[in-house]
Order: sequence, then C-alpha cells, then structure tokens
Amino acid sequence: MFKKLAILSGAIILSFTIAEARADELNFLSTQMRPLEEAQKARAQILKGSPVPVAYLPEEPPQLPIHLRADEQGAHTISLVGALHGELAPLASMLQPLDQEDKLITQSGVPEHVAKLAKLGTDHLMYVPWMQATYIMAANKKALPYLPAGANLNTLTYAQLSEWAANAEKATGQRVLGFPAGPTGLMARFLEGYLLPSYTGGVVVGYRSADAVSMWDAYKALWMHVSPNSTNYNFMQEPLLSGDVLIAWDHVARLQNAFRSKPDDFVAFPAPAGPKGRAFMPVLVGVAVPKTAPNTSGALQVIDYLLKPETQITTLRASSFFPVVQVALPEDLDPGLKLEGAAVAAQQGAKDALPTLLPVGLGSHGGEFDKIFVDTFQRVVLRNQPVKQVLNREAEDMQRVLDTAKAPCWSPDPASEGTCKVK
Amino acid sequence: MRGQTLRPYLLIMPSLAFLLLLFFVPLVQTVALAFSTTTGTGVGNFVQMLDDLDFRDSVRNTFGLVLCVVPLQLLAALGMSMMLRHVRWGRDIILWIWTIPLGISDLAAGLVWLAILTDKGYLNTILFEVGVISGPQSWLTYETPGALFLAILTAEFWRATAIVFVVLVAGVQLIPREYEEAASVFGATAWQRFRRVTLPLLRPSIQTALILRTVLAFEAFAVVLAVGGRNFPVLVSQAYLWQFTNQNYNVAACYAVLVTLVSLAATLVILIALRPRAGESA
Repeated sequence: MFKKLAILSGAIILSFTIAEARADELNFLSTQMRPLEEAQKARAQILKGSPVPVAYLPEEPPQLPIHLRADEQGAHTISLVGALHGELAPLASMLQPLDQEDKLITQSGVPEHVAKLAKLGTDHLMYVPWMQATYIMAANKKALPYLPAGANLNTLTYAQLSEWAANAEKATGQRVLGFPAGPTGLMARFLEGYLLPSYTGGVVVGYRSADAVSMWDAYKALWMHVSPNSTNYNFMQEPLLSGDVLIAWDHVARLQNAFRSKPDDFVAFPAPAGPKGRAFMPVLVGVAVPKTAPNTSGALQVIDYLLKPETQITTLRASSFFPVVQVALPEDLDPGLKLEGAAVAAQQGAKDALPTLLPVGLGSHGGEFDKIFVDTFQRVVLRNQPVKQVLNREAEDMQRVLDTAKAPCWSPDPASEGTCKVK
Repeated sequence: MRGQTLRPYLLIMPSLAFLLLLFFVPLVQTVALAFSTTTGTGVGNFVQMLDDLDFRDSVRNTFGLVLCVVPLQLLAALGMSMMLRHVRWGRDIILWIWTIPLGISDLAAGLVWLAILTDKGYLNTILFEVGVISGPQSWLTYETPGALFLAILTAEFWRATAIVFVVLVAGVQLIPREYEEAASVFGATAWQRFRRVTLPLLRPSIQTALILRTVLAFEAFAVVLAVGGRNFPVLVSQAYLWQFTNQNYNVAACYAVLVTLVSLAATLVILIALRPRAGESA
C-alpha cells in the first residue's frame, strides 16, 4: 500500500513538473537555486535572455539520479541538467560528451584544473562548468594591526594564522578567531577541504599519516586562540557583524551579509596554506546534457548563453555563485560581492593552490563521512584524546563508510582502483 | 437498532484511523528502520549508536536534565497553584501571565534565552553595568559546562513549568473546600492540611502532570539545541543530527526507539509509584 502511495504521490509531483513545462520549452533540471525565491531569480534574471525558452525545474539532490534514470527509460523530456560536480560524477554514463564545447571553455578562460574536473576522469568533456562558490577567510580591519610581521593576507600560512590569533588575543584580551563548528556549521568542510589536505596533500589516503598527526597537533595549538563560542557558530557572518569574532573562515554565502552590509569594515582573503599547499574546496556547478535529451542543439545554445560574461555576472548578482570564466567584475557590482570575488580569484589563482573536491561518489553516506572529521576534531581538540589513537579509530570508521559506498578516491588523493583505502 | 450500536464506533473511527495512520504506522516503520542493516536484519545500528562519540554524553545529559528539572517544576507548580487558591483579586491575570510560556514555541523560547545568555546578551550587559564583570563572559561554551547546564535547566524550567501548573490548578479546583475546613476545625496546621489532605487528593493530577512533563522532558530538543548547540547533546538532538546531518536514518531510528522506550519506562514508574493506595478512591 505504501509503495502504491509513494508511486501515486510521485506521479502527482511529476505531473505538476510536467504541467509547469510548456511543450516549446527546453527542460532544465537543476539541484542548485532550489528555494522558490532563488528559482524565481534563475527564471526571471539568469535565464531571461536565453536564446531558447527554458523551463527551470529545481530538483532535490537525492532525487536527481532517480529522476534522470526514469526520464532516460521513459519520456525523454530533460535536455539540460545543472548540478554539483560530485552529483554529476556518478551520472557520467547517462551524459553526452560535450567536446564541441572545449573551444568555448578555453576561450572564455575557464581555469585548466576546472576544465579537467569536467571530464569526470574520461577523455571527453562530460559537463560544462557553469558557476562556482567556495569558502574563504574574512577579517575585521580591526584585526589587521595584529598580523605577524611579514605576513601577507594573500599568502598567509596556518602558522601565521595561529600567530595572528595569538597576537590578537594578547592585545584584545579576547579570543577573536572563529570557526563555524556549531550544529549546522560547515566545520567538516574546513577540515576535509582545507586543513587536512594542506598538511597531507589528500583527504582519505593520509588520514592517519605522520603529516596528519602533525596537523592535528598544530591545530590543537591554534585552537587555544579560537573563540570557545565557535562550537555554537553556524554562519560566521553573525559573530563577525556583532564583533564577537574578528577573523573567520566560512562559505562565501555564509559570510555575505557581513561583506554586503559593512564592506568598509571587512577584508576577504584566501584560506591559509600548509606544508603541502593552499588547499581549498571549489564548489563547482556544471551543466550537462543527458544522452536522451530531446533538444541537444537547444541545450548547447543555452550552455553558450550561460557562459557568456554578461550572463555570468547576472548569475553572480542573482545567486552569489561566482563566474567560472575569466571576466572583469563590473564597477557597479555590490562592493561586498567584489571583495568576495577578489578573494575567490586570489585563492583559485594562488601559486600553491591545491583544489580539493567535495567528496565524490559517497551518495547518501556523505553525512557520515563528514561526521568522521567532526568527531576526530571533537576528540582531539575539544576532548584532548591522544591523536594517534583517535586517528586509528576514526580511520577504521572512514574505511567502513568508503567500503559501504564503494567510493573510489577523489582529487587530490591519487586515483584508486576500486574503493579508496586509508593507508 | 443495528445503526444505534454502530454509531459510536463510526464516530470514533476518524480519530482511530488518524492515530493508526499517523502514529502507529510510523512507529512500526521506525522500529523496522532501526533493525534493518545493509546485510539484512540485526542490531548493527544499535551497536553504531552505542559506539557513537556523543552517546554517553547524550544519555547523561538527558537523564540529568529530566531528574533535575521535573522535580523542580513539580515543586514550583505545586507552590504556584497553592498560592493561587488564596488570591482573590486578579486571579485570572496571574493565571494568564504564568501560562504565557505555554504559548511560545520551543525554539522561540530557546532563542529568547540565547539572547539573554550569549556573550553580549542581556545578562552580561546587566552584570557589566553593575560592575560584576569587566568584559564579555561566556556562559554557553564547552569550557563552562556547569553554567551551560544551569542555563539549559533555567530555560527548560521557564518554558515548561506552566504545563505542570495548569494540570495541578485544575486538580486543586476539584478538591472540595469542606475537607480542608474540617481538618482545620480539628486543629490541623497549614502544613498538615497540605500534607495530609490536599496532596493525597491531588495525587491523580500530580500523576498526570508528571507523566506529561517527564515524557516531554525526555524529548527536550529545540531549547537545548538553541542554547547548547553541539555542546550539550541530548538523545533527541542526536536523533536529529543522525537524521539530517549524518543522514543515517537507521541510527536516527535507533535513537528514536531508545527515547520511546525510556519514555514508556518512565511513565510506568510514575504510574506505579503514584497509584491509588488501598482505601483511596482516586
């Protein structure tokens, strides 16, 4: 009976989506800009000037593969799919190679490492990078006098960040460095995309390596100067605006209010670097064309349109997703967005940049994978448990999650044959 | 005639169907979810729950909170309902003010207390003005577990005493004044009258209030999450985290099953401990 109910409700939802799309429109399924207001912006602003009329259909990430598979076997209605790199990777077998777009990508200045990602490990371009977000650092200008001598914000290291926070604490009497380690904060992304790869060069393979041990030791020392309220922070823009925190790391969208409301008070800059480079996590969104697309030529036209510099700027204004193409940010852009945009570009273009992917291929186990990082952090930093023991224990847990998901290694870990293994 | 006997059943059908569909079915599904693993049926999810970093803390915190807050609330509500008996003027207004927290959502109550207790909140502002502290003082961090517990206790106390109070007030109103007057005539002191007359007659109400409040206290969630964040894990917040952050519905279901069992056990204990004794007509 419940199966029937589920099918029935699915059919009802599907009939709504279909009803929404007109026959002459090209169906664009997207896991990004889902909330009503954002989807409306996508339709009214971003896709307004599209050469082909587009029906923009938001879809929940876990439903995307199901929806696509159903469409592949049935109605063939979807011509364009917009999703995160990690969401598109498992769908590669359902997507058309888009090598004809290679030229466009090179010409518009999409960075090489981004273009390489879009091949999904094949020789062909499997999606076209569409827009990106990432995580950066933010600081109140009041904290700048405490920067260690010789330190440059754009080439900061974790050692310098630690010293900076210590100086600021000494001068202000407060611990003013903050991380979003609250219940819905993105601390796991900091640990898996920034801190650990900066020290080990990878995410999974070196989880319990000597490099990882030295990283945790260093981070524990740095944590002495971190605001103890960090375990309550979810969005760093709030403590930054209230002045409780002067230096912070977070997702650009979660720092936005600080930069937008007080652009003169804050500076934005790239994440610090460790011994193995300046690891950062690009959140890359791509557009792909399913093999069964009813209107491939229309889809390619829409892709060309989305990559135009003007469209990329419109996208930035409407969604705070940054351009993937080389484009000068216009003069009249919101000053807060400009600050963030410059930091995103500096981080991506840094000499020692080490892009780290959002976990790929974990499917519904992504949450448990993140938990391993947060648990390790809790044990080592907050509960003072011995580092090596904790890493051994959590590495076993990590292996269990990887084995269940049968996930191969993802960049920057070296490619693996079969399931990724913790050394 | 036949229609006559069927009618009551027809009338209760909707509520029965409602409960079966929206309570019993999910309950069975939750239990099934808790016992289903990748390799079939088993207790693997429970092992994972027991092995979880925050499991012990969440059990300790949940029981600590319930054992502290429920007796305090019972005492306060008893006191409040006794006092209200002697109020002649403005009784309705006092009743209304005391029950305000009932009308506020859990999360809103949690946020109110967060605004009071946060570093630059109202409490610190006042303490700073009177010169007790010289700068922002943290109360809600992992470095101040005692203050954090006290803060959550206060917030829960403030938010949920009203429900105990409302049940007790209704019970107190049912006790005929004659009993107490008779006791008074025989020379019983105020304490004796309360202890020997009112309290025994109030036992059914106390039982109801305790069951309601204890079950709700085991389910404390929004206030705790708002005030304590990750620093004060409780069973229900762990269920929430496993469901939505870790996205492991099976372990989340295990926590849910555990909360259900604990609540059932607590209800049984209260039912037995406060059952009417021989010779009492409760």
